[in-house]
This record gives sequence, structure tokens and C-alpha cells, in this order.
Amino acid sequence: MTACLDVRDATRSFGGLVAVNAVSFQVMPRSVTAVIGPNGAGKTTLFNLISGAIAPSSGRILFEGTDITREAPEAKAARGLIRTFQLVKLFADLSAVENVKVGFHLRSRGGLLAALLRPRRVRGMEAAIERRARELLDLVGLGAAADLPASALSYGQGRLLEVARALAAEPKLLMLDEPAAGLNADETARLSSLIRRIAEGGTAVLLIEHDMHLVMNTADDVVVVDFGKKIAQGAPDRIRQDPAVIAAYLG
Amino acid sequence: MTSSPNIISRKGPDLRRVFPVPAQPAPRNRLAAAAPWLVAACIVGYALFAGGYPATVVGFALIYAIFVSGLNIFMGLTAQVSFGQSAFAAVGGYASAILTTQYDWGWLPAMVAGIAAALAAAFAIGYPTLRLKGHYLSMATLAIGLIAHEIAVEWESVTMGYLGISGIPPIDIAGYELAGDRAILIMLSLCVAATVFAVSRIRSSRLGRAFAGLAGSEDAARALGIDVARYKLVSFLLAASFASFSGSLFVHVVGYVSPEVFSLHMVILSFTMLYVGGIGTVAGPVIGALVVSALPETFRAFRDYQDLAYGTALILLLIFAPRGLAGLFAALDRKPSSDRGKGGTAP
Repeated sequence: MTACLDVRDATRSFGGLVAVNAVSFQVMPRSVTAVIGPNGAGKTTLFNLISGAIAPSSGRILFEGTDITREAPEAKAARGLIRTFQLVKLFADLSAVENVKVGFHLRSRGGLLAALLRPRRVRGMEAAIERRARELLDLVGLGAAADLPASALSYGQGRLLEVARALAAEPKLLMLDEPAAGLNADETARLSSLIRRIAEGGTAVLLIEHDMHLVMNTADDVVVVDFGKKIAQGAPDRIRQDPAVIAAYLG
Repeated sequence: MTSSPNIISRKGPDLRRVFPVPAQPAPRNRLAAAAPWLVAACIVGYALFAGGYPATVVGFALIYAIFVSGLNIFMGLTAQVSFGQSAFAAVGGYASAILTTQYDWGWLPAMVAGIAAALAAAFAIGYPTLRLKGHYLSMATLAIGLIAHEIAVEWESVTMGYLGISGIPPIDIAGYELAGDRAILIMLSLCVAATVFAVSRIRSSRLGRAFAGLAGSEDAARALGIDVARYKLVSFLLAASFASFSGSLFVHVVGYVSPEVFSLHMVILSFTMLYVGGIGTVAGPVIGALVVSALPETFRAFRDYQDLAYGTALILLLIFAPRGLAGLFAALDRKPSSDRGKGGTAP
């Protein structure tokens, strides 16, 4: 089976600091892969390399067998690689449901003429987008907040809204940057079950997470990075007992 | 819509119980949404009834309403800044003036040629500059306006320089010349209605959502596959075509054009109208153009203190209605309902 995502020797240095040092791993379809590591280990830089926010100094990134190393973020998104952000980036002036509707950009068609003439086809598409956006909000548990401005949501709700917005793009690979930050234990448990359902639905999930409980309950495969290097990879049970991982976390 | 894995229909735990959310706000009052349009209709209606000088003032205001609506697409819906839109109004105005007076073109082909020229100019300028960010883009657009003004002054063989071009024929439809105050006012009102219709359709479309996305967060928009550079350019082109349209209307209504028409003063006035009316709203540019045009006239009785009163009124408006007049109507509407619905649900 071809890997959904194949990261090969991804390296990025900022001046003298090597933030990500020759990291390689694969993400399989329908699986949940977690990247963990202490603060400053280079997790978010690695994420930015994959999503195209910054270019790697060397190394390659393959998506479904195609080299996408130097593609722009919007081009990677068009291939089905959709990410969320560690610091939530919502469209604050729009309502929750409008935020999700923006997420349907890649799954809909139409420019100026479609906007002005609004033929039957476009009206049907708009109705479907509206309905599915509300379904996605229901799915993440924000159905009752659909018409509130995004700026009125709590931090945890904002994270969930970002997940719903990303799902609207129907990703093949969903990249979640610390989705559980700001969520309480109960919410985190529910997020874990949502991530499992997303993976079972056919979307590969790659997440960066600090919450070890979420990682151990959700991930099929765990990649551990420290000081920019991959120090271990494997199933959660094995990672838990890995001496190098324990050393990295306990110092 | 493609059919890819549908995770929505899958059975799962009811997440609503775990993520408590505040109840939905009460539905918006329709009257509040209609209020800016009622005020605008009253002002236009008064001008139609009175004719003469009020009709002239309101006519200019309606031309500005079209220009500012275009500016609003770029600055309001897409959250970019341009100080140079007057350049595109100049392109439209001069195209109409030159083609109708010197080449005997009809007003409609001349107007279309003006819009085509404005689009070409906006593309040539926008393609490189829209890659600039923040202040650099603003400075670049400011230069566009100044350069256009300079060309209008210096290219005397075509534009007649400061002398300007006079004798531009009024717009005629089926042999009937729209020359009277009221006929012009009705024609301009229809043009504004068409502009408002277009802006509201754009705002609620996929195109408008792409604009809103890049306005909210360029990073998030790109991560959702929105080609930010391309949509900024589309927004800029739309704004330029409305500017050109308004420039053509202006020269046909006045019958004369000179470089002063498209000076920096025009930019400042249009910004005032945009912010007073309410940036990012559909009604804002129209109500803003009408109120800002009518204000100095209503203060005429103050004589020497007219400008002072006008300035004071503008400052008061911006203090008490920071989101503009269109936003003010909505805020007045929302206040009672949000007080009612608050009951401990604030996040």
C-alpha cells in the first residue's frame, strides 16, 4: 500500500539552529499518526514543512507518491492535505457556519458569473453547502452555536470549529496541530472518538499533541521527536516503554 | 460537490452534550436591515421631488455610491487597502469623454471600452503589487492615483490638460436624452440598484466567501486551498471596473472632465463615505455617500462655521457609530435581543 504521506529526511535550519533534522516517517491511509515531543522539539516546524508554510532546507515530502516538497500551501490543500493551526486562525467576523462554508471552497465551483446569475445549479450547490456545514457543526458539537460570530466562541470551541472547517474540505490527510489544547478531559475524550471516526471514514490523520492520554488512546502510530531528531517510532504501547522516550520526557 | 468519505452520517456519541454552547441569538429584525435603505430612499425621493440643486447633490452622491461600493469590495469584503482607485475612475471618465467627443462613439461602447481599459490597467498594476503586503501595497496604490492624475495633466494632446474636455453628450436611451435633473436621478438610482444587487450577490457567493476568508486570515485561507494572490487580484479588478463605470457616469452627467475631478480629494471623500456608511456592509457605501454628500449642505445655514460643523458631525459619527451608519442600525436592533438572551451563556 502506498503511504498517504511520506516524509524523507526533512530538514530545516534557521541560521545555526537545526529545528528539524533529517526526520523521516510515513502516514498510512485510514490511520492516525501522532507526532509527540517536548516543547521546542521541532514539531510545529515539521508540520509547517509538510503543509508548505515554510520550505525545507533539504529532504523530500511525498503525498500519495507525488513529490510536493516545494508546493504552495493552497496547492497542497487542493491535493487533499488540510491542516489546522496551533494558534486558532478563525475568520472572526463570520459566524461559525459561515466559517465552515469557506471550508467548502475546494469542493465547490463558481466565480463571478455564478455569483451574479446564480443559476439553478449554483442555488442547489449553495443549499447543499449550507446543509452540510450545519451537519459538520453538529458533528463536532457546535450545532447550537452555528449562527454565533466565531469571535464569541470559547478557545476550545474555536478549535473544534477549525476542525469542522477543515473537514468541509474533505481532506485525504487531516493535519491537526495540538487539537486538544484548551479542552477539558471530557472534551478531549470526545475529540479522541471524533478523530477515530474521521480515520475510519477514510481520512488519514496526522496530529501534534501534548496530551499523552489523547495520543495513547487515539494514535495507531507515534513518532517521537526531540531536539529536531526522530528518536522513536511505533505503536503507543511500545513508545510508552521506550527508554529513549522516557529519557527525553523526564530529562 | 464530490462524494468522498462521508463521516457525517456515521453513528457516534452525541457531542452536543459534552460541548455546551450558548443558545442562538434571536433572529434579526427585518426593519433594522431595511432602515438604511429607507433612509437612502427618503433622501433620493426628496431630491426627485425638489429637483434643481438638491437633485444635483444627490446625483453626485449616487455616482459616488457606485465608486465606493467598488472600493468596498476591495477594502471591506477583502480587507485590503487602496488609495489609488481614483485612477480607474479617471480611466473610465477620460475614455468616455475622449471617445464620445473626438471619435463619435456611442456612450455605451465608450463606457465598455473604459471598463476594459481600467481592467487592463488594474491587472498590469495589481499583478505585481498585490504580492506586496500591508503598508507597501498602500504606498504603491497611492502612487497609482498620483500617476493617473499626472498623466491627465501632462498628456495635453489627448486630455487637454488642465483645460479639460467639455461638450460630452448626456446618456441617451432609444433616442431620448437623459438631460433633466429627474431623468438623470432615476437613471443613476437604477445604476446604484444594479451595483448593490451585484455586491450583495458577490458577498453571499463562493467568490465572496473566498474574499472573506482571505480577509479573516490569509494563512487559514491558503490552508483551505484559497489562492490568496488570485482572489486579491479578482477583488481589485472588480473594484476597478466599478470605479471606471462611475467615472463614465460622472462625465456624462456633468458634460465636462478635468484632472481635478480625480484628485486625492476624491480618494479622501470616498474613504469618508465608506467608513461613515459602514465598511464591509452592502448598504454602507450607499448610505455613506448620501449622508456625507448631504451633510455640508444641511450645515449651509451655519455660514462661516459650515466646515467646522461638518467636521464635528463626522467625528461624532465615527465616535458613536464606529462600524458606520449601516452598523449603527444593526447595533440598535441587536441591543435589546442580546440583553434578553444573555442569561449566563457568555463564553
